[in-house]
Amino acid sequence: MSPDREATTLEVDVQVAFKGFDLLVEQAIPAAGVTAVFGPSGSGKTTLLRSLLGFEAGSSGRIVLNGDVWLDSEAGVDLPPHRRPIGCTFQDGRLFPHLDVAGNLRYADRRSSEVSAVSITRDDVVDALDLEPLLDRRPNTLSGGERQRAALGRALLSRPRLLLLDEPLSALDRRRKAEIMPYLLALHPRFGIPTLYVSHAVDEVALLADRVLVLSQGRVQAFGGTIEVLEQLDLAPLTERFQAAAVLEARVSAHDDEYRLTWLDLDDQRLSVPRIEHLAVGESARLLVRSRDVSLATERPSPTSIRNVLSGVLVSLHQDESTAFAEATVDLGSHRLRARITRASAVELGLAVGSPVFALLKSVSLDTRAGR
Amino acid sequence: MDLPELGPLWLSLQLAASATVVLLVLGTPLAWWLSGTRSRLKPVIEAVTALPLVLPPTVLGFYLLLLMSPRSWLGGLWVEVTDTTLTFSFTGLLIASVIYSLPFMVQPLQAAFESLGRGPLEAAAALRASPLDAFLTVAAPLSLRGFLTAAVLTFAHTIGEFGVVLMVGGNIPGETRVISIAIYEHVETLRYAEAHTLAAGLLLFAFVVLVFVYVFNRRLPVHVA
Repeated sequence: MSPDREATTLEVDVQVAFKGFDLLVEQAIPAAGVTAVFGPSGSGKTTLLRSLLGFEAGSSGRIVLNGDVWLDSEAGVDLPPHRRPIGCTFQDGRLFPHLDVAGNLRYADRRSSEVSAVSITRDDVVDALDLEPLLDRRPNTLSGGERQRAALGRALLSRPRLLLLDEPLSALDRRRKAEIMPYLLALHPRFGIPTLYVSHAVDEVALLADRVLVLSQGRVQAFGGTIEVLEQLDLAPLTERFQAAAVLEARVSAHDDEYRLTWLDLDDQRLSVPRIEHLAVGESARLLVRSRDVSLATERPSPTSIRNVLSGVLVSLHQDESTAFAEATVDLGSHRLRARITRASAVELGLAVGSPVFALLKSVSLDTRAGR
Repeated sequence: MDLPELGPLWLSLQLAASATVVLLVLGTPLAWWLSGTRSRLKPVIEAVTALPLVLPPTVLGFYLLLLMSPRSWLGGLWVEVTDTTLTFSFTGLLIASVIYSLPFMVQPLQAAFESLGRGPLEAAAALRASPLDAFLTVAAPLSLRGFLTAAVLTFAHTIGEFGVVLMVGGNIPGETRVISIAIYEHVETLRYAEAHTLAAGLLLFAFVVLVFVYVFNRRLPVHVA
């Protein structure tokens, strides 16, 4: 369990052509931490993943992980899928139906224990994903969430050098998502396997990823740190359908036992959220703030039930004439916040770029993992 | 009533079992290839495989007879190597049965493999299983029903074949005189009692086998991909 032994790179320069669609991705991705591959349906996320796995016969170009060449069309190298040290979970889980969960784990375990230098034990995996009670169950008796957990365990036990997670939450309802999220968050800190996380949900990306690769119509639209990428307004058309959001990184400054709150510092401003049990004072927490949960005011509001009010400067205001809404970006100093307000409010408040505003946060989602 | 000799029944069972085993060995890779290939040859091979379904057994038997006769290259070679003729021998009958029953093995297997989809095999490949490994440990166990159906159909179809046997095998007791030929001969010679016994025995046997298969098939788990 050595987290990212060295700073390494996944070099991707691939082209996949179908009828009416082609994928062209040229990007060096640090093979460390969690990289989200983000984009709407049909943007080529899954095609990119399948190309990395070696399942897209039409792939050409180069794929190199830490100097190991998986694909090099010019040199005639194309490693078959079973020779590529990738662990993968699929949207539909794809557990083997003729084996119980223990059998599925054993399938991966047996084929990787000799050949892989990555040291992950079966007990570790069973413990990390709470698989013990599921071991003698057949896949068709598992709930969607349990299935994904077992599939994650199986992928880890293939002792991969790269973990690909293809929308592990997409087939789940909201309650099940909340059930799986803590496991996903704990995965990388515990096993340290560089991860590509494919998703079209901005909240998952915001909470899980260190950096984001944005795909649109088969091309890389943006690549960079999660916070910076999600702040970029030109992503609006991509993220709008999935609710734009911003990520804030704040430091825990105090816990309040009486009201069960945790106080957080964001630069020189303060926030309070429901008590975060597992974070100590001084640790950082990642907060996801959806633009629809942010209201704007030009004066500090008189007492309301909204506890979190942050002051900043309005840096952009995009009005969509075809709808009632405008999207505002507020600079808080080291972070930016996005607010979805009505165009009518923008006019009534006299909002102008460069003017000071107060952002009222109706709700904040928390990353439950320690900041990195 | 005289008990008819059981030789023909025994020979039929031997022939059907041998043909089923040979076809499991030959038909499985063929069905696997057909289920996964994108080759332009696929429809041609599929058509050849299906030919025995539509050809009258006498047509197939006629060409097999020509092919196996000592004057053809194959039959001639066989005589040189083994000093026996292929025609009117158990081996010749087995070869003919394998060809004649080919679609009954290949088609159910191909359908079973195709219904698996690519999911389970891709999952196996992602877990470092080589293609052969993935076939043996994932595709084959998930296709158990297909194997059972294919084996039973092949077996039953070989037991019941008549025309091809008559063309290439003739009617040599202990060598090529299988049960369908024996029944035919009993009827020809108006020995209805013997014909009845053999025919009813075959009917009962077929019924019992099929009931067993359907019961067993119901107990096999269905795997939904």
